[in-house]
Amino acid sequence: MYSFDILFPSLLNGLTTGAVYALVALGLTLIYGVLHIINFAHGAALMLAMYGVYLLRSRLGWDPYLSLPVMVAAMFAFGYALQRLIINRASHGKDENILLVTLGLAIVMENLALLTFSADTRSIDTAYTLSTVAIGPAMIALPKLIAFGGALAVAAVLLWVVRGTQLGRAIRAVAQEKQGAKLMGIDVEHAYAMSYGIGLACLGAAASFLLPAYYVNPQVGSGFVLVAFTIVVLGGMGSFSGALIGGFLIGVVESIGGLFLGDSLGQVGIYLIFIAVLLFRPRGLFGDRG
Amino acid sequence: MKDMGTIAVFVIVVAAVALLSSSGVTLNFLMMALYAMLMAQAWNLLGGFGGQFSFGHALFFGSGAYVQAIAQLNGGINPWLALPLAVGAAAVVGAAIGALAFRYGLKGSYFALITLAFAEVFRILALSAPFTGGGVGLMLPLRRAASNLQFDSPRGYVLLALALVTLGLLVTAWLRRSRFGARLQAVRDNEDAAQALGIDPFRIKLVACVLSGAFMGAAGAFYVQVFQYIDPGIAFGPTTSIEALLGAIVGGMGTLWGPVLGALALQALSELTRNLFGALPGINMVIYGAVLVLIVMFMPRGIAGLGLSVRTAWKRRGGNDHG
Repeated sequence: MYSFDILFPSLLNGLTTGAVYALVALGLTLIYGVLHIINFAHGAALMLAMYGVYLLRSRLGWDPYLSLPVMVAAMFAFGYALQRLIINRASHGKDENILLVTLGLAIVMENLALLTFSADTRSIDTAYTLSTVAIGPAMIALPKLIAFGGALAVAAVLLWVVRGTQLGRAIRAVAQEKQGAKLMGIDVEHAYAMSYGIGLACLGAAASFLLPAYYVNPQVGSGFVLVAFTIVVLGGMGSFSGALIGGFLIGVVESIGGLFLGDSLGQVGIYLIFIAVLLFRPRGLFGDRG
Repeated sequence: MKDMGTIAVFVIVVAAVALLSSSGVTLNFLMMALYAMLMAQAWNLLGGFGGQFSFGHALFFGSGAYVQAIAQLNGGINPWLALPLAVGAAAVVGAAIGALAFRYGLKGSYFALITLAFAEVFRILALSAPFTGGGVGLMLPLRRAASNLQFDSPRGYVLLALALVTLGLLVTAWLRRSRFGARLQAVRDNEDAAQALGIDPFRIKLVACVLSGAFMGAAGAFYVQVFQYIDPGIAFGPTTSIEALLGAIVGGMGTLWGPVLGALALQALSELTRNLFGALPGINMVIYGAVLVLIVMFMPRGIAGLGLSVRTAWKRRGGNDHG
């Protein structure tokens, strides 16, 4: 009853949305893998980055793709400071404190945005917002296609940083064995803050890829963050390739689920997958530790 | 027994204020403070004594609220009789969520996540289910009569909330003294060690979740009776969940008076905020979020913990605490 001509565009659409989900999830999974905390402020931080892109466009006329390096740097600095000055100090070495502090930070950020920008939904207009590209029978919005490529590029850079650089070695060492890393002369606090900063920097990139085709309001982050949690759990906490594959999977499920069930129930589908994964496969579909 | 004395003093003082005061402002403040205390107490039963941090307590609140409203609107049931139904429904939801989460060994961040996710699922379902009125919400017909659980003045609601909070205090005092409470705190402090001593953590945590859900459901039913209105955002949205956990954490988790003190302090703070900034959207939550961060950073044991450390310091200096 559903022909290829309907399913194929839906599939492509899901893959491009999934790429952005993956980008959000990559930062989350890095933070989890290293700090072993769930960053509840992730969605709110994405929302702030999106307002950053929006302001650069509406006040200074910057193209969103041009603002990408600026937003990546700004979000990195923001994340580094947040971890070093607030989260680390408030944790007193207890995980549940971090949980509460990141929740508190999320509440503050979301409501500061509400105070500053009001609840109105805003979007930006570019020459290419409505451009489309034909792939077979499907018409894909150009910004979504760019986001797809961009997400893969960011994932590659992230992988290189973590696997191929001195910083990455330090981060991996701290992730595996904090005490041991400390004894080897690694600055643990610095490695934590760098990981948190890089995690938020991914959001800077995600915001720049999202905004040409999406909108921003103070609540926009919470939608993404539960999806990102789902992906991170699905892909295995701390696994990069898991986050990428999980992102695409969820994007496709949402898109095809929406086709069959309507949009709001398609969302329920995501939550149900999330709950099922939490219950039955908390190590994720591809997690190595059983 | 010392607990019974302080609880009696609390009840007498609050009841006296409620009965003697004729100021609408005072009574309204008291009503909202008691309502916030009830939510904080509910969260404290599971989060404070059980160590299971729920980020989705609105799940139980909303279940209670919708059952309270629907029982009256569709079932024609008297609200006094609907109240135990609402509490029971929330307890059942607590049992179901607890059974799922604890059977599969979810704790810490995972438990927080799954409660949050369930609250969201319920919110979306309430938006689209046929019997919840969708996004428009449900409105109770206005018929003010004590027999209809709708009071002319906030005084009636204050007394109802006081009864519920007192019940919460009694249950909490029982947790501090009873074998069950000791087991629950043992599971919180070290689940493996507790299990090695023959405690069944699953059953203990499940009972705590049911109790917690029941009290949160009572708060939801209370909300419906006060405002005669409920919608999916109020019922299952994050704000309710945050208010519940914030009151317990600010006041001091795992203590008898912590949720009462915390909710009172937060209610005073939000009143102050409203006087200073008017009705700016979001300002209240900005302050709540900042308070959460600051409390965890500087006062991880909450207001009650502060009193406790003053007392130990006093004792250490050779003072007499038995007076």
